[in-house]
Amino acid sequence: MSAPLTLLDRLWSMHEVLCREDGSALLWVDRHLVHEGSHHAFARLAERGLPVAEPGLTFAVVDHYAPTRRAGPIADPAIARMIETLRGNAARHGLRLFDLDDPDQGIVHVVGPEQGLTLPGLLITCGDSHTSTHGAFGALAFGIGATEVAHVLATQTIWQRKPQAMRITVDGALPAGVSAKDIALNWIARLGADGAQGHAVEYAGSAIRSLSMEGRMTLCNLTIEGGGRMGMVAPDEVSFAYLRNRSQAPRGGDWHKALDNWQALASDADAMFDRDVALLAEEIAPIVTWGTSPEQALPIDASVPIPDTLPPAKVQAARAALDYMGLVPGRSLAGTPVDQVFIGSCTNGRIEDLRAAAAVLAGRRARVPGLVSPGSARVKAQAEEEGLDRVFTEAGLDWVASGCSMCVGMNGDLVAAGKRCASSTNRNFRGRQGKGARTHLMSPAMVAAAAVTGTLCDVRPMLRGRPV
Amino acid sequence: MAGWSEQRGKAILLPMANIDTDQLIPARFMSTPRAEGYGRFLLHDVRRTSEGEMDPEFPLNAHPDACILVTGRNFGSGSSREAAVYALVDAGIRVVVAPSFGDIFAGNAVNNGLLPARVSEADAKLLTKTLSSGVGTGVADLASRLLLIRGVSVPFQLDDVWRTKLLNGWDDIDLTRHHSAEIAAYRGRILSEPGRFPAGDAP
Repeated sequence: MSAPLTLLDRLWSMHEVLCREDGSALLWVDRHLVHEGSHHAFARLAERGLPVAEPGLTFAVVDHYAPTRRAGPIADPAIARMIETLRGNAARHGLRLFDLDDPDQGIVHVVGPEQGLTLPGLLITCGDSHTSTHGAFGALAFGIGATEVAHVLATQTIWQRKPQAMRITVDGALPAGVSAKDIALNWIARLGADGAQGHAVEYAGSAIRSLSMEGRMTLCNLTIEGGGRMGMVAPDEVSFAYLRNRSQAPRGGDWHKALDNWQALASDADAMFDRDVALLAEEIAPIVTWGTSPEQALPIDASVPIPDTLPPAKVQAARAALDYMGLVPGRSLAGTPVDQVFIGSCTNGRIEDLRAAAAVLAGRRARVPGLVSPGSARVKAQAEEEGLDRVFTEAGLDWVASGCSMCVGMNGDLVAAGKRCASSTNRNFRGRQGKGARTHLMSPAMVAAAAVTGTLCDVRPMLRGRPV
Repeated sequence: MAGWSEQRGKAILLPMANIDTDQLIPARFMSTPRAEGYGRFLLHDVRRTSEGEMDPEFPLNAHPDACILVTGRNFGSGSSREAAVYALVDAGIRVVVAPSFGDIFAGNAVNNGLLPARVSEADAKLLTKTLSSGVGTGVADLASRLLLIRGVSVPFQLDDVWRTKLLNGWDDIDLTRHHSAEIAAYRGRILSEPGRFPAGDAP
């Protein structure tokens, strides 16, 4: 009998074009996603006079610099130039472009799955660290740098060394008001922002099986915040139901053949992982970050840490973070006033995220201003069909077009210096949402709760008597 | 890109953990063409006071000619932006020494001739102590995988493949094009597998 295999083993060997004696493997790339930030890579290709090897496997999306207010021309010439450059490169190489006015435009990690470009068993790369998102379908998906983007454009392959395999098992039922975002922040707080470095993380267990595709994508998306370049969930009926009839997914007889192949994409029951971590869903509470690294996160009913009581290696970083964040050690996290909120991003900008936020905001007013940016034009249309846009606007929040927006601030959607933002995004790094901006990461429902009270607060009591 | 086997120069200390690539280069500078140089963006906001002035005490401001940076764990975490490496390299940094690096950053570093020298937590502490005055002479040697900083020698970890790339300054595209027959054969094998190529917009 052959040795038991992990899902990583299976996906890896499927894509190996060759493996050198030194352990470096040349892997075939099934889908390559590019965006405005890929300009360095296209410039390298142009320097060498090379074509794109597989234009039919390369897809371009305007997202990082996409204005979320689309009326009128783009005021900032640098932003306009970034989008123009992508248009030029897509036209030059014959790539399908999801442009600003395309009904299928959106954030690259929302668009891929929505279009059925993301499928189980594929290897997907993109010059963006949150490419781990696509692993939610049982794909091998990871972010790469500009030199690697140029390499994939030129050869449709990438050199990689196989990472170690890590499994995070979450069993049990998530309590009401607790979501995939909280599972992710929970393990990152426990293991550290480098906890999964060098590893591909497979999520398993009954709580993961119970998650929707949206929840699984959130979880795989945030794997990089714990240092893991790849996150993955073995595909099942939930994945297949999501993908059926997506425009680029296999059709007819091919669909059934594909399903047969996809059903084999799982880790063997007795497969060995280099690292195994277990969590209990019932023990997970809504979490907010208090510092400037995703590992600096605590349940909402906790107090701001007192640096001197932390492990010695964490003291200095905690002091610096609290200073930057303007928080008082020992004071409760709940009740901390926020200046604004943001709901959106490749982490939490999907329809389920908007529904969760709207369930809290329905019939309530926000005490602070905020932006709601759906993850794609399709998510926007779906939300409008369900009337979610009115819930947000009646609460006093701005309902805008899709893009990376205030998660990364490249399009000019910024948080001002010293301002505190409750945000459904992925990074609370210094200056991430704008120079001097103070970011608290949390689930979309928790952001909605913060909007209503104007403070960091526990969403759970606000959900009582409401359909969730 | 030219290969190298040894770097020798000023080593400085930046004793902070989790320096992410957003700090190494804030997003607002990333639309700049590479030819204009990225060195001036390196740690742009971190090295300035809240009033926007260069902080004279910040190690990089005090020693702009440094080529070895000794820092804390999880250096280069976060965004995949290779611009973070461009900023370091254009500012003259050739070696970053830390207990751990973001996976994507480390790959990007090697692709630009920058050595991500991984040392044990204990050796990182030792080097931090050695450099407590802020600056010293350092040498990084790829052949022996040794750092020598102010007379203190510590080993660093570096993947064999990456060492070879740094030594030779290899470009992967050239290397891969030698394998075009194997790539074409692989493509031929998967062509009929359902899903491997997009179905195309629905008829």
